[in-house]
Amino acid sequence: MNKLAEWQLTLPLALAFAAIFLAPLLMLVGVSFFDDDKITQPGVAQWAKFLGDPFSYKVIADTLLLGVKTVCATILVGYPLALVYLDSPQRLQKVLIFIIVMPLLLSVVVRTFAWIVVLGREGVVNQVLLSLGIISEPLRLLQTELGLVISLTQIEMPLMLLPLISVMSRLDPNLRDASAALGASRWRTLFTVIVPLSMPGLVAGCLLVFASATTAFISQTVIGGVRLIYLPLLIWQQSLVVFNWPFAAVVSITLLVSVLTVVSALSYLGRRSGGYVHG
Amino acid sequence: MGRRRSFTDLTYGLVIGSLALLALVIIIAPVAIVLTTSFTEGRSLKFPPTGFSLQWYEALFDPSKSRQIHRAVSNSLEVAAWSTAFGVLFGSLAALGLARSRTRLARVADGFFMSPLVLPGLTFGLAALMYFTLIGFRPSLHLIIAGHMIVTVPFILRTTAASLSQLDPALLDSSQSLGASWLYTLRRVTLPLIAPGIFAGAFLAFMASIDNVPVSLFLSTARTDMLPIRMWGMMESTLDPRIAAVSGVLIAAAFLLMLIMEWTVGLTRRMRD
Repeated sequence: MNKLAEWQLTLPLALAFAAIFLAPLLMLVGVSFFDDDKITQPGVAQWAKFLGDPFSYKVIADTLLLGVKTVCATILVGYPLALVYLDSPQRLQKVLIFIIVMPLLLSVVVRTFAWIVVLGREGVVNQVLLSLGIISEPLRLLQTELGLVISLTQIEMPLMLLPLISVMSRLDPNLRDASAALGASRWRTLFTVIVPLSMPGLVAGCLLVFASATTAFISQTVIGGVRLIYLPLLIWQQSLVVFNWPFAAVVSITLLVSVLTVVSALSYLGRRSGGYVHG
Repeated sequence: MGRRRSFTDLTYGLVIGSLALLALVIIIAPVAIVLTTSFTEGRSLKFPPTGFSLQWYEALFDPSKSRQIHRAVSNSLEVAAWSTAFGVLFGSLAALGLARSRTRLARVADGFFMSPLVLPGLTFGLAALMYFTLIGFRPSLHLIIAGHMIVTVPFILRTTAASLSQLDPALLDSSQSLGASWLYTLRRVTLPLIAPGIFAGAFLAFMASIDNVPVSLFLSTARTDMLPIRMWGMMESTLDPRIAAVSGVLIAAAFLLMLIMEWTVGLTRRMRD
């Protein structure tokens, strides 16, 4: 079979993608340029309405900040766990990787629900704090950004740990020994040897966690409630509650553009740091 | 000098160790707590649970009381099975087509097929809803299957392409020089060698479809309800304790799947390599 014919094997998928992926996205852009929710009057009124409202910028900033906070929290506890994994004997590594991977097979909805039980008024955290006498009445943890960031930290943790561990496991153990033999403390070895060399894994983890946390509709609505407004909630409200499709299209294009901008900036930085380390 | 070093090493062990422990607690505790709460005797999801009973599991498995949940489960399984089947067919064909092509167009096509992984799912979900509605389709499971196929096919494409890249071209050349047709070579040489890759991708795609929220959120209706959306509804209105039982079942399923994967394909070993 010649080259041309082999290439033709991609045609079924290419046609499917053109018909049910590219065409809908193009239509989304088209719909955003209609003024009324009946989609009859072309115009830029919806864009003007969205971009002219200071509230929109607050929602965009909140959404991106939620991603940044979640990324920081997953690094803060996830990176040490990856380090411990690296130093563990084989048997313990098997157990750890089992614990790390299993949440991935567990529905996001279940993981979100778990945090309602933990953070609720009658939840574990409040019960423990009350019985220890640290607080006198239940703390409000659900429907706060703190509660949401804590929950997302667990929900997105595997996405940070898997790329980190796969990069770290490939590091030459002699490098750490050499650093210690030359008199560097373990902290210094961590920041001057391990962190720079694990940068590709760290950046990959950050990308995945950021993209996932900013668009985590279920967790955002269930744990954040309706008082914390992020772009995904706005899209859902406008499209399925208010039925203003052009405005929903504007918001979802904004979500797409703002998430992809941050993600491509991060991966650009990641490639640069990778080049720095190896060059 | 020596003492100072051992002191900083001690702080290293303490700080890193306790943060890692915190990470483990954050990962495990909520799952363990939900599992425990699902056996409560009480009518609310308080922790620690009062007493032990299987009442919420009984309510969950009762065909008349939980008909909606059962229908959502069967819809989710049906959609996952069909979207994975189409994904395997289209995805592995596309991977074969792209495998030996080094042209610019092939790279662009590859990036295009992988883009649903980076694109926010909600954007595609909304786009699909508008598109299908405006060209006149009525909501149905078929549309959800099509939507899920798009967002899960990248998993199949990636694992199949990875297996294909490890395939020794000499095998294909010798098969052909011995007179085998292209189709015969595909059937007897290529497919058996890349089958593990296709299987791994199909597994990931199936799981991603079962867990998909953004596409189902927009394309499902009351008649074509999907499990994650149903569960979301159960959490949003009054906190229905049956959801703890659903979670218990799903946790058990995830645990079993992990064990099966470990025994059959050595999942954790693959992850480490």
